[in-house]
Amino acid sequence: MVGIIGRKLGMTRLFTERGKVIPVTVIEAGPCYVTQVKTKERDGYDAVQLGFQEVKERSLNKPLLGHLKKAGVKALRVLREFRDFQLEEPVSPGQEVRVDIFRVGDLVDVTGYSKGRGFAGVVKRHKFGGGPKTHGQSDRWRAPGSLGQSSFPSRVFKGLRMAGRMGNRRVTVKHLEVVKVDPENNLLVVKGAVPGATKGIVTIKRQ
Amino acid sequence: MNKVDLVAASQLKTDIPEFGPGDTVAVHVKVIEGDKERIQVFQGVVISRRGSGINETFTVRKVSDGIGVERIFPLHSPNIVKIERVRRGKVRRAKLFYLRGLSSKAARIQEKRDKQREEEK
Repeated sequence: MVGIIGRKLGMTRLFTERGKVIPVTVIEAGPCYVTQVKTKERDGYDAVQLGFQEVKERSLNKPLLGHLKKAGVKALRVLREFRDFQLEEPVSPGQEVRVDIFRVGDLVDVTGYSKGRGFAGVVKRHKFGGGPKTHGQSDRWRAPGSLGQSSFPSRVFKGLRMAGRMGNRRVTVKHLEVVKVDPENNLLVVKGAVPGATKGIVTIKRQ
Repeated sequence: MNKVDLVAASQLKTDIPEFGPGDTVAVHVKVIEGDKERIQVFQGVVISRRGSGINETFTVRKVSDGIGVERIFPLHSPNIVKIERVRRGKVRRAKLFYLRGLSSKAARIQEKRDKQREEEK
């Protein structure tokens, strides 16, 4: 498996040779640096930790700077771990990982944090139909309706879909096709939408 | 240029003629049927032009056998071989959706003429 950390830049469209329009998301992916290599013997599992997005040293705390110094890399804001990370050669701390690990046509999984919707009602959150708008109704437009039965069971079942916090959770979109790779500008272009807002941090993996 | 536009920059056409709402254009469209390819011409009035960059599209309306037909073309689509401006129109709106409610005589658009060119004549 290979992976990289990126920043969602936004969506646009591209034409295929036959003139078909494909919606694409542009991701600024990398350059990332290997900050730590975890092994089964020492850490209990195999993984590679990558760092992304250079920042000023003073914006990081001392423990984090010490951790990065050990790998011999610059001050990086985002750290993410990838299990079973494998390149052609064994990876070592300090090594650079760029977008060119991906090829056009690859299928990738993209993980990010979805846009937060705040406290959302059932119509938005669970696609409920809401109540009727007319025929003498008032205050029933976006209501959830009945929550259950009567004296039996005399309670509301656990897990019943109700209003609440929506979004801002980890979402993975699988099998997105890589449409374009631009190592010069560190750009990765995938077909379709990717979780999260523009400028959001995403991780991209290929099996 | 921002990085999102950069991705599609190579697909932008540079040979697009000047045209806008009110103009009558003939759009030469590549039609692919199975493995055969041919060119079809769609001629009508441009009633809208929207978007920018690779996302720009324009709408062409014509009346075919008494039935209004509108087609929306992506301006930079490789299937558009050529856009010809047949006639310039004199209009005062950017979007000519009001033409949909009009027919025959009322739907005519006056031709736009350059002052300079008139004087030369």
